[in-house]
Amino acid sequence: MDKVVLKLDDLEVMANKEDTILQAALDHGIYIPHLCYHPDLKPFGGCRLCVVEIEGRGLTISCKAPVEEGIAVRTEGPEIDKMRRVAAELLIVNHYSECLQCARNTDCKLQDIAAYIGIEEGRLQRLKRTARDLPLDDSNPFFIRDPNKCVLCGICVRTCEEINGVGAIDFAFRGLDTRISTLKDKPIVESRCESCGECVVRCPVGALVPQNMRKPEREVKSICPYCGTGCGIYLGIRGDKIVSARGDRDSVVNKGQLCVKGRFGYHFVNHPDRLTTPLIKRNGVFVEATWDEALDLVTAKFKEAQEKYGPEALAGLSSARVTNEENYLFQKLLRSLGTNSVDHCARL
Amino acid sequence: MTNPVSDVSGAGAILVTGSNPTENHPVIGYRIREAVRTGARLIVADPRRIPLVDVADVHLQFKPGTDIALFNGLAHVIIKEELEDKEYVENRTQGFKYLKQIVAKYTPEYVSAITGVPAKDIVTAARLFAQADSGAIVYCMGVTQHTCGTENVVALTNLSLLTGNLGKPHAGMNPLRGQNNVQGACDMGCLPNVFSGYQPVHSDRDTGTYWRRLTKERQLEQVGVGFIRPASPGETITSIEFNQPVPVDSVSDTIRAKFSRAWGVELSDVPGRTIAEMFHYFPHRRSRIMYIMGENPVLTSPQAELVREALEDMDFVVVQDIFLNETAQYADVVLPAASFAEKEGTFINTERRVQRIHRAIKPRGNSRPDWEILQELARRFGLNWNYSSPEDIWNEVRELTPHYFLGMTYERLEKEGGLQWPCPAIDHAGTPILHKGKFARGIGQFSTVEYRPQAADTSGGVTEEYPFILTTARKLYQYHTRTMTGKTDGLNYLLDEERMQINPRDVQALKLTPEDMVRVTSRRGSLETKIEITDCVPPGIVCMSFHFAEPRVNVITDPAVCNMSVASGVKVSAVRIEKI
Ligand code: SF4
Ligand code: SF4
Ligand code: FES
Repeated sequence: MDKVVLKLDDLEVMANKEDTILQAALDHGIYIPHLCYHPDLKPFGGCRLCVVEIEGRGLTISCKAPVEEGIAVRTEGPEIDKMRRVAAELLIVNHYSECLQCARNTDCKLQDIAAYIGIEEGRLQRLKRTARDLPLDDSNPFFIRDPNKCVLCGICVRTCEEINGVGAIDFAFRGLDTRISTLKDKPIVESRCESCGECVVRCPVGALVPQNMRKPEREVKSICPYCGTGCGIYLGIRGDKIVSARGDRDSVVNKGQLCVKGRFGYHFVNHPDRLTTPLIKRNGVFVEATWDEALDLVTAKFKEAQEKYGPEALAGLSSARVTNEENYLFQKLLRSLGTNSVDHCARL
Repeated sequence: MTNPVSDVSGAGAILVTGSNPTENHPVIGYRIREAVRTGARLIVADPRRIPLVDVADVHLQFKPGTDIALFNGLAHVIIKEELEDKEYVENRTQGFKYLKQIVAKYTPEYVSAITGVPAKDIVTAARLFAQADSGAIVYCMGVTQHTCGTENVVALTNLSLLTGNLGKPHAGMNPLRGQNNVQGACDMGCLPNVFSGYQPVHSDRDTGTYWRRLTKERQLEQVGVGFIRPASPGETITSIEFNQPVPVDSVSDTIRAKFSRAWGVELSDVPGRTIAEMFHYFPHRRSRIMYIMGENPVLTSPQAELVREALEDMDFVVVQDIFLNETAQYADVVLPAASFAEKEGTFINTERRVQRIHRAIKPRGNSRPDWEILQELARRFGLNWNYSSPEDIWNEVRELTPHYFLGMTYERLEKEGGLQWPCPAIDHAGTPILHKGKFARGIGQFSTVEYRPQAADTSGGVTEEYPFILTTARKLYQYHTRTMTGKTDGLNYLLDEERMQINPRDVQALKLTPEDMVRVTSRRGSLETKIEITDCVPPGIVCMSFHFAEPRVNVITDPAVCNMSVASGVKVSAVRIEKI
């Protein structure tokens, strides 16, 4: 990849030729406030928080400005500060402000921005508009859309268009009434939305949050147990419960993306219907048994049948949902017992 | 898949057939839509108007069961307009002249009459596919779940060979595997006739392979070109490509001897039963004892009644699963297994990538990982098994399946984000694209297949009495028989009942209203279902999923099997529909 050298404040940095100034800065650990930029998406240039100055040329939006050889960029300065302040205050006064009640508290881009720019409480009080009280859309069982927290960065709209190609949502209405909405402003569950949750993951604030969200205490890397795509996931664990799942951004298969099943379909693991003990059918009803009882019975019955009919009487169906190691052992066991009758439902 | 998933973006043209990726393999669906946004031409060949049709250049809406006619028709146009990749055909394939002869009669008009697809669309699609820099074919159960499933794949492969698309980036033949480890189950030898890595258990006698069914002349023709000689021991025995000769007896004898030695047991060379044969129609041909691990054949098998009856009739049934599913009800013993989140191991995805899973929580209650249960049983049978971890087992797999997995240590799998087989050495990078430069067997073989009209429902076809064709599909919000998705309330909320898809014109003709129940009757049975009125299905065709226990669509589907791969023909059944 071609490289160029530019100056960011007083730092000389090397960047990829295709990068924008914002990307180059973030890559080098230099924070420039930004809200509508997302690394997975095409730049939008809506929030204007990422403004910087290229020496000799004036102010520019850094998420859209490509790096160039030899340019010197200032990320701070009185004029920049003023522009950012205006943009940020406008967002904040229109934003629902009970941060403690928000699922995204401490993990919110707007909080980052406010902290960076420094918002004066007094000034904010004067500016504060009566909070708009728009209805929540909780029609989707997996996530809530709260227009009162939306900052109109358009990340969800672009995600739905650029990541999964569904195009379920768009900007609607004008001016102060601008909102993200489905076609004809229907509840999201009645739109063409596929419930993939990709927009929820990318929303920089609390406008799109999972229903009943609980933060995991640790994460474990795994593979989605559903279709054959084999998306990489991280299971979020709390105690001995799976409380979340997210796509593995390093996976070449799914690059962090997931579908509705792979993101939200894990209740089966901790479900009360899970089998937790061996069962033996006695007089038509299942009764609980110990492992020894169950396995001894299986062994005895298999042996009995083999004596009566020969090894061919035994057959096994393995599973497209257990591991390779287990599939391998399954056929090894059956064949070791003298039968090649082992199959699975690949054909069904 | 011959190519990696990531390859789809960047393809010049994509032909999607018998597959509904946006619902069944959603993330691959994202990739296809992404490819279209960046300029790929998309051809959808499917009897239904699947969501991808919205972004497709052409939709070839053929009548179910006429796939071969359609694919031969596309080949006809490509050859007639000389759009084939001449250099590739010349250097890397053989049998072109037979293909040319066979497809000569499949003119667009002739094919149009059989398939119902307008002749001009056939021409457009053929040109789009053949003229693109790279053409990927993506297919799924819609192609294989037919009585002529294997032949469908042959006809499709011909298109890929003809356009020089096997063995290069953004192209290839890409079957999408339905379940997360279906690929692994096959690769590990959970098939009657092969050990891990498709090493044959016995010669092909009585196993119904395609090879055996070729005419004597064709067999000779292929032997004549030296197909039978392996380039290396590994290479004879893959079944990546269809139409390879089944290895001669001595090969399977050697393989069996190898496994016998490694496992310390005598191994049988008697052909085993396939799933359909285990539940055979004639009781005396069935198995007597069944060990079912993580499967739910009572719901998934065509003609499910037969499976129930067979299970009831068996001497002893063991079910090992994470839930007491429908099949478990017929068990004598139920063994509780650990879920994917409760154990270590590997899965293999549809692009042949072996990937690690990790234990996130401990097994529920007294449940145990399947491998531990299997080992416990093996010991009770006096087998000397001493695995201390899944990694131990994997290392045995690697050793006995070197041509596929030798290079894949757990450490590498972890570090390199999975590896795609074949990966025969520790310094081998894995194989993202199969058949690059050269086919495993040296040369690509065109095989010729003819369209046979009886394909639609073997037991009599569409008649006045059974005027509709019923096809089956899966849906976005549920998965398989819902043993997993059915436990997530949100998914149930989004899709909580079966509704048979039916075209508005048929609804009108049958005088149905949206809330009506209908009775659907085939030659095998009947069921009652609600309906969904949609032009996703054309008139004359109805579609149901097999997700729900009620109505259970596989009570009425056609159990006739593909005579080559023994896959069931559940995709096409003739039915009658009545209002109730
Ligand atoms: S959940 Fe997925 S499909 Fe639905 S609006 Fe968000 S990105 Fe679009
Ligand atoms: S997340 Fe969706 S697309 Fe990916 S493997 Fe799971 S079910 Fe398949
Ligand atoms: S991040 Fe650049 S304008 Fe919003």
